[in-house]
Formats: sequence, C-alpha cells, structure tokens
Amino acid sequence: MKRMIPMWIAIVAGFAMLFSAFFPVTESLGEIFGDMFNVVAAIAFILGAGSLAKINLAKVSRRDPGWGYAAVTLACFALTLAAGLGKIGAAPNPKFAALAWSGDERAEGALFGWIYESALVPITSTMFALLAFYVASAAFRAFRAKNIDAILLLSTAFIVLLGRTFAGVVLTGWFPDWASGLRLENFSVYIMQVFNTAGNRAIIIGIALGVAATSLRILLGVDRSWMGTGGSK
Amino acid sequence: MDGYGGIQVSGFVRFLESLDRRWIYLAMAIAVAGPIIYIGLTGKTLPETATPAAQAVFDAIEELPSGGHVLFSFDFDPASGGELIPMATSIVRQCAARGHKMVFIALWPLGAQLVDETIKRVITADYPHMKEGVDYINFGYQAGNEAVMKVMLTDFAKAFPNSSNGTPTTQIPVVHGVTRASDFPLLVTISAGYPGAKEWIQYVVSSSGGRIKMVTGCTGVQTPQLYPYYPTQLTGMLGAIKGAAEYESIVNDAICKAHPGTTTPAKYLEAQRRMGPQLGAHLLMVVLIILGNIAFFAQKRAAAGAKS
Repeated sequence: MKRMIPMWIAIVAGFAMLFSAFFPVTESLGEIFGDMFNVVAAIAFILGAGSLAKINLAKVSRRDPGWGYAAVTLACFALTLAAGLGKIGAAPNPKFAALAWSGDERAEGALFGWIYESALVPITSTMFALLAFYVASAAFRAFRAKNIDAILLLSTAFIVLLGRTFAGVVLTGWFPDWASGLRLENFSVYIMQVFNTAGNRAIIIGIALGVAATSLRILLGVDRSWMGTGGSK
Repeated sequence: MDGYGGIQVSGFVRFLESLDRRWIYLAMAIAVAGPIIYIGLTGKTLPETATPAAQAVFDAIEELPSGGHVLFSFDFDPASGGELIPMATSIVRQCAARGHKMVFIALWPLGAQLVDETIKRVITADYPHMKEGVDYINFGYQAGNEAVMKVMLTDFAKAFPNSSNGTPTTQIPVVHGVTRASDFPLLVTISAGYPGAKEWIQYVVSSSGGRIKMVTGCTGVQTPQLYPYYPTQLTGMLGAIKGAAEYESIVNDAICKAHPGTTTPAKYLEAQRRMGPQLGAHLLMVVLIILGNIAFFAQKRAAAGAKS
C-alpha cells in the first residue's frame, strides 16, 4: 500500500500534466495538478526544516565529531526562523508604540534583514570568491598538455581566458580587418557560438531522450526506484 | 642540473615542482587586489566593445514601447551577486529610463531580498517619480520552480496572489491587464542555476509560441549551456561579468547621450570596474598553466633521459 498509493499519484498526475500540453480539454486538470505541486513544494520546506533539526539534534545529543557545527547550525536556524516568522521589526509600530520590535519587518535594521546583510551575504560571497584560489592552484598542477585532446582543451582555454578580457584586445587588436575573426575577443565568441553550441546541443538532445524514456517508465509504473527502497511491504 | 638531463633551467623547474600552493594563493590575491586598488584610486575602467549577444539585450529593451510590461525573475542568491548584481542594476536602470512597467518575482528564496536591494539602489534612488504598485512591484519569492512557471502561463494571479508586502494582485495597478505570463512582451531573468534561464526557455518561452521575448543575465558557468538557445528562443544574453560590463557600457553611453553633461555614478560602473581584477586573474591563470607545463615537460624529458 505504501508503494501503490504514491505510484498511482505519480501516474495520474504525470499523465494529466502530459495530456494538458496536447489536449485543451485536459488543460484545467493540468492546472489543478500544477497548483497542487506548488502547495506540496511549500509544505516541503516544513519537511526540510524538520529533517535539518532531526539530523543536527541527533549529532549534538550523540556528541558526534563536529557536533559544535551542528549546534551552530541549529542556533542560526532557530534565530532566522524566529526573526522571519515573528516578523521582528527594528522599531515599535507607531500604532502600538508600547510594543518593541512591532514595526515593519522589512524596514532598515530589522533583524531578518540584518541577518541577511551581515551574515548571509558576506559568508556566501566569501565561499564563492575562494573558488578563484582553488582554480588557480588546480590550473598550475593539473592542466597538462599530455596529448592532442589536452592540447586542444588548453588552446581553447587560453583563447577564451584572454578573449574575455582586455588582454585579447591588446594582443590581437592590431589584426587587419580581413583577419578580424582571429582577434581573440571575436574568436572566443566564435568558439562559444559554434563549437560549444554544437556540443551542448548534442548533449541536450541526448538528455532529453533519456528524460523522456525515464519519465515514460515512471508513468507506466515500470520504474519505481524513485520511491526508495524502504517500506516495500 | 642534476636529474634533468642537462637542462639549464633545472633550478627553476625544481622551484616550480616544489612550489607551495600558498604562493599561488598569494599571487592570485595580488593579481585581483592590484587592479581593484588601482581602479578604486583612479576611477579608470577598461574600454568595452559590445558583442552581439549583449547588444541584443539592450535592443530588446529599447524596442519595447515606453510603458511596456517587463517581467523580471531574480533567480540567484548573494553567492553569485559579484557577477549578477551589476547586470541586474543596469537592466533595471535601462527599463526605468525607458519608463517600462516592471514586475519582479523570484524563484530562489533569497532572490526577493536582492529585488528589494535593486529597487532601492536604482528606482528609489534615481527614479523617485516611479511609484510602487503603479510603475513597479515586487511579488517576492514563490516556491515550486517550474510549477510556478506553468501556473503563470495560464493565471499569473494564481501563481502570485499577493505582492511581497501583502497587497492582493487584483488591487495592484501595474499588473492590470496582465492575466498570464504571455501578457508580458519581455521577460528578463537574472539566473545563477536551477531554476533559471533554461527552465524559463523550456516552460514559458517555448510554450508561448513566440509571444514572449526573453533576455538573460547569467553566470559564467551557465553561459555555455545557454548558447544553444541563442538567438532563437533567447533574444539576448549577458554572459558573466564580461557580458555585464559590455551591456553596462552601452547603457551608460546611451544615458549620457540622452542627458549630456551628466556623470555616471560609481554604482553603474561596477561591472566595468570588475573587469580589471578579471584581467589580472585570467593572466595569472595563463601564466600558471604555462609554468605548470614547463615543469611537466622538463620532468618528462628528464625521465626519458634517465631511461636511455
């Protein structure tokens, strides 16, 4: 039963969405399932929050290695959740002057905005910026012209790296008009538009065929792996 | 020279082989910080020439009659802000200058805050005559990814029943006459991944039968994945900070031409300023790859010499 009900929900909802794209009669049915999906997606946040709390609380209670990080995660989660759900404002609402923090939660200085500005933005930006250092180190140690394929890859990388900066203009900007296609800034665009597009289209078509085949297997109830291995009885 | 078959650069090769990665990190820090400091002190930026993809974004916004509706989807978070915020700023600026009606949504949870910031940075600061609800509106974040797009195709108000400040959609003048996604002649998505530009093309642009034009500003990682859709499904594209800098320079030129004597505020030069550090970082990468290969071939030659 635990597997039959989800399977039939997937089959009915999947076929409804599929037919709604082809038959106008079933369009409204597709809309209903689309709305239901949005509701489920919103509820999934509660599920996600519960899962985060469960995993991290277990780590803290067992004193697993790194349980301190789990405690920090839980504390930050609780604080952000309270700030967001509690709509904590920066100042009292003029209508309820006696109530502290009752003002507009979107106003400057409100707790939720402060967490976003002072913690989230710097942390995520720093994590992203660190990539430059790792990529530089990897380029020095791993990017080797070992064979023809690697040489082609390296040459393309040089053209794109230089073509996407002013260095391309400095190095090849003097090329005459009849050879303007060889200027690095133009050549890098050519590589992206021709070679990259051709390769990517082939991949996209391949993926689309694979997705269609897998979807059909799920819709027909042949593939049930998406339900996981638990609760098979 | 020992161990390298008589190669004169053996000392140098040994140095490269044993180079601590922290020196590379330091070199990268200098390559990035140097141009940032120089540009910060002098205010000078590198000249940009627009590629057709960036020019197409500008043209799509210019060709829309003044007062036309533009749907913005902020599908990114602060992690990608370095690349995407400058392009979002410039696109909103061009739309505001053209007097377009702007409707903002976000399919990423943190996109809603980025919308608020962009509105404050551009519209509130430089176009104070534009009124919230009349000229622009932020509908905030909606969960559901592609399902939100599907619902928007048939009923916009159902996908976004309220604005981010709680006003019912039916009471917002800027969306009067908008019943579905295809009522927006232009869709702008600032995209960092999933859901993003690719999903908008697949679920909205393709389904609208060509009624919606779409332009995007996307991260460098996404750019190669989106080229297959350009220029048919995707009218224009700003790829990474380079695309942002090209587009920014076109918008700044156009606005300066329309209002001679005005100077461009620093917030509208962010993308062009960031091309300096990008130049430093890219040049360093090229140098590192060359040095790495010198060490590799010297080692290979030495190994071959030792065998023979």
